[in-house]
This record gives sequence, C-alpha cells and structure tokens, in this order.
Amino acid sequence: MRHRLQFTAKKLFCMALLLLGVSLTAFLLMAASPLDPLQTNIGQAALGTMSPEQIAKLEEYWGVNTPAAERYLGWLGDVLRGDFGTSLLYRRPVLEVIGQRLRASLGVLVCAWVLSGVLGLALGVLAGANRGRWPDRLVRGYCLTISSTPSFWLALLLLMVFAVWLKVLPIGFSGPVGVESVSLWERLRHAFLPGLTLSVTGMANIALHTREKVIDVLGSDYVLFARARGERGILRRHVLRNVALPAITLQFASVGEIIGGSVLVEQVFSYPGLGQAAVAAGLGGDLPLLLGITVITAAIVFAGNLIADLLYGVVDPRIRRGAARG
Amino acid sequence: MEPILSVDRLSITFTRYGRGLSRVELPAIREVSLAVEPGQVTAVVGESGAGKSLLAHAILGLLPENARVEGTISYNGVPLTPERAEALRGREISLIPQGVTYLDPIMKVGQQLRRGRNDRSARARCRAALERYGLGPEVEERYPFELSGGMARRVLIACAVMDAPRLIVADEPTPGLDVKVAQRVLGHFRELAEEGAGVLFITHDLELACVVAHKVVVLREGRTVDEVPACCFQTGEGLSHPYSLALWRAMPKNGMEVSGL
Repeated sequence: MRHRLQFTAKKLFCMALLLLGVSLTAFLLMAASPLDPLQTNIGQAALGTMSPEQIAKLEEYWGVNTPAAERYLGWLGDVLRGDFGTSLLYRRPVLEVIGQRLRASLGVLVCAWVLSGVLGLALGVLAGANRGRWPDRLVRGYCLTISSTPSFWLALLLLMVFAVWLKVLPIGFSGPVGVESVSLWERLRHAFLPGLTLSVTGMANIALHTREKVIDVLGSDYVLFARARGERGILRRHVLRNVALPAITLQFASVGEIIGGSVLVEQVFSYPGLGQAAVAAGLGGDLPLLLGITVITAAIVFAGNLIADLLYGVVDPRIRRGAARG
Repeated sequence: MEPILSVDRLSITFTRYGRGLSRVELPAIREVSLAVEPGQVTAVVGESGAGKSLLAHAILGLLPENARVEGTISYNGVPLTPERAEALRGREISLIPQGVTYLDPIMKVGQQLRRGRNDRSARARCRAALERYGLGPEVEERYPFELSGGMARRVLIACAVMDAPRLIVADEPTPGLDVKVAQRVLGHFRELAEEGAGVLFITHDLELACVVAHKVVVLREGRTVDEVPACCFQTGEGLSHPYSLALWRAMPKNGMEVSGL
C-alpha cells in the first residue's frame, strides 16, 4: 500500500509539470496565431465604422496589446489561486462554460469509450483466434480501412447517409432547434451519430492491438503446454486472462484519443460540446477558455493513464506481489 | 518387450512462401526411427537445430499447420493420428517442457496443475503430485514468477505425473540446473520409468543422457545417426557411426577431442 501511495504522489507531481508544459505550449501556439481576435469576432466592416476609442477599448478587452509573458503569468497566477478567468466569447466564468459543455459531451464520450473498448476487444479476440481465416480477414480489412479514414470524413459520410438520404436521424445539434425542454429520446437521437463515429474509429485501433496480443499469447509456450496437457477452454482460461492486462492499458490510454476525436466530430455535427467549444475558443482568440479546456482535458487524459497504471498493480500479480515483497 | 512408442521413418517438412509466390520446402526431420519401451528411459541426443523439439511436438500432435508429416508414429501398437494424440495427451501421454515459460505467468500454480477443476479428487491429486517432489501446499498459492528455477522444474514434472501417464516426453528439462539439482531431476525420470512408464528424454547433453537413459538415440541434422544402449558410451564399444564416435571422444573423460564433429 505504501509504495502505491508513493507511486501516486510521484505521478501527481508529474501531472503538475505536464499541465504546466501543456498550458505553456497552448499559450505559445495561441500567441503565434496569425488570427486577429478583433477581426475574427467583430469583423472588418464593423471595425471600419468604429471610433479609435471604441477600438482601443476592444483591444484592451481582447488583450491584444498586453505583452505575452505578462498575459501568461497573469493567467497562471489566477489559476493557482483557483480562478480560471472569464471566457471572452461567452462572457461567463471559464469553469462554468467548461462544466456545461462537458455535461453535454460526457454522455457521448463515455458511450463511445465503453463501446469502442468492448467491441474492439471482442473483434480483436475474434480475429486473433481465427488468424488467417475469413473472420480475421474481415475484421482486419475493416480496421485498416477505418484507421486510414479521417474521423471527420467518416462523420460527414454518416451524416449524409442517415440524416440526408434516410432522414432517420437529425443533422446536428444536441436537440431540436428552438425547443426549450428536450426529451431524453431526442437527446439520444442527437447524440447517436457523434457517438457512433467516435466508437467506430476508436474500436479499430483497439481491435488491431488486441489481435496482435491474442496471436502472441496463442503462440506462447504456456498455451502450447496447456494444449499438451489436454486442457479445455484455453481461450477463456489463458488467452482472455492474459489479453485482459494490456487491454486495460489500451482502454484507459484511449481516453485521449476519444477526447481528441471529439473536437473534430463535434464540429461536423455542430454538437455543442467541449470539443466544439475548444475550436471556437481557438479560432476566436478566447485565451482563458482555450487554456482552461486544454488544461482540464489534459488532466482527464492523464487521470486515465494513471488509473490504468494503478489498476495494473491491482490486477497483475507480478506487479502486485512483486512490489509488495520488494 | 513391445514398445509403448515407436517412430518409424518419420519426416517433417515445413512449407514456407519464399520470394514472390514460390514455395520453399524445409526438411526439418528426415526418416527418424526410434522406439521407447515401457519401464525404460530412451534418450534422444542432438545439438541445437537437430529437430529434437519437433520430434516431441510431432508425438503430441502439436505441430503447426504448415508442417507436413510422413512416416508413422505408433502408440501402443496403433498409429498415433493427431486426433488420437489429442485424446491421449494429458491422460496417457505427458509432456515435461523446458522451463518456467511453459506456465501461465498470471495463474497460480495450483490452478494450473488442476487444469480448472476444483473438485476434491483434483485437489488431492495436485497436493500429492507436489508433495512427491518436496513442494509444500504453499506452492499452490504461488505464481510462476515466485518459483526458483529448480522449483519450477519440479512443478512441471508434477504436472506430468498428475495423470499417471504411460508415456512421458521430456523436452530438454535440465538446462540451467546445477549438477546436483539436475541429477535429482534425472532421478525422478528414472523413478517414473521404474513405475512402468516409457520415458523419452530429449537433451543436448550426452553425459546426462548416459547417466539416466537405458538407450541413447543420436540425432544429427534431422536424421537418426545411431541407436545404442547407453552403456556403449561408457566404453566407446559398439558405436558404429563416426559422429557417435566423435561425440564419445569429445566427452570430458575421453580427452575432449573435437575433431570430426
């Protein structure tokens, strides 16, 4: 137990360093962006009609003339005191915006995460156990096709088929336009396509990795010996158990991919989630919001990997018992 | 005595795809013949790559799909087809593998020995098999990585004797063991033979083979070179093939000459 606490403490220290680095990188990229927040958000024409005083006020609001170092250090100081600032685009506290957007995205993200993990594992085991035969060819063909397809393109394709041709699913947003209280059914209908896109793309990667691992285990000495001893149910007793360990790592590491994928996919479906807010903040020069989103998603991804590491220590006897003794 | 296992002109060839679509045939074992009598230890000696492990896998019906087999393997006088081998392995035919990598790394020793069965008789037999090799009940609760090399070897032997087999195929069970432990392991094989089982002992170590076996079969590049009583290697008499003679001269007590190998 003690070593696990130490391990966690060390990891948390790493996380602090990582978040610092991520926020600095995001800030530097933003500072180097050629987009002028005034022109993007107010428009060339509107700017032309404004007085120099008005423009100066707007420039101050968007922080155009503040030196970069001062802006970053100011932001960092506030964050360390627990204040993530106010979103320039939404004119509300950053944490409030993120909270609201995250709630909208969370259902889609969690569904996609679980589905891609479960189906990916199942397909990978199916392919690996039937190596070289038709189920393997089918799964591998599917996975390689999907892996080489950009997720936003797949999203467009699904949109075309289900929303435009078949007209069975809505074309975008998280609820019907202009309706105040949205029923659960409508919410699900609107979340279906974004969730499907993310699951289908996430699944391919997990299936291919699982397939490799299943083939490794099937070729291992201990499976040969189990067969030599006339064991029944080798797939369940030896293969699945040994594949479960790397599957855990893969599953929690895929948190990052799902969140990353959601940025593009939500954009295509106009789904008002965290990913779309990130795009809006990036293009609109909303520095506090963008940094807030970056830091919080990085923390979520890091937490995913940390959970995988800790679970590994619980599940794998070589780590659990080895560490307890050493 | 009627042999429990007889291998007659066994050849194993692998088919591989070479460049383009051309197929390459790789002969691994060519016309190997040998017999194992009940109550006897028959040693198969050969250097690495002589096809010793393949021979073991062929007997157990565990060859990969791209292997082609010619010749016959008979068990108890009846040809041993892959189907029959599958029905017999783990019951009458047991494999003793090389080392700890043949145990599932994340499964406790006891569970592996019992092969998923948890009834009373399975537990009792598992207990007895471990006890026979001086392993206490605590070993059942250990994972393979918690075993020492010698313990792992004894666990693997215990796996084989759980079933009271009639034929035991031991594939290089001694490398990495010091002489004392190795001799104890060899003693176990001798013991199993005395109880009536036929033991096929596969090794690259001629000296060990001579200590434990009744009969030595010399394999070289996939062929049987010689089949002689083990005592021939004590005196050098009765060795017909130049390779066997060269092996004999290379033994430490005979001057360790390496010409002709």
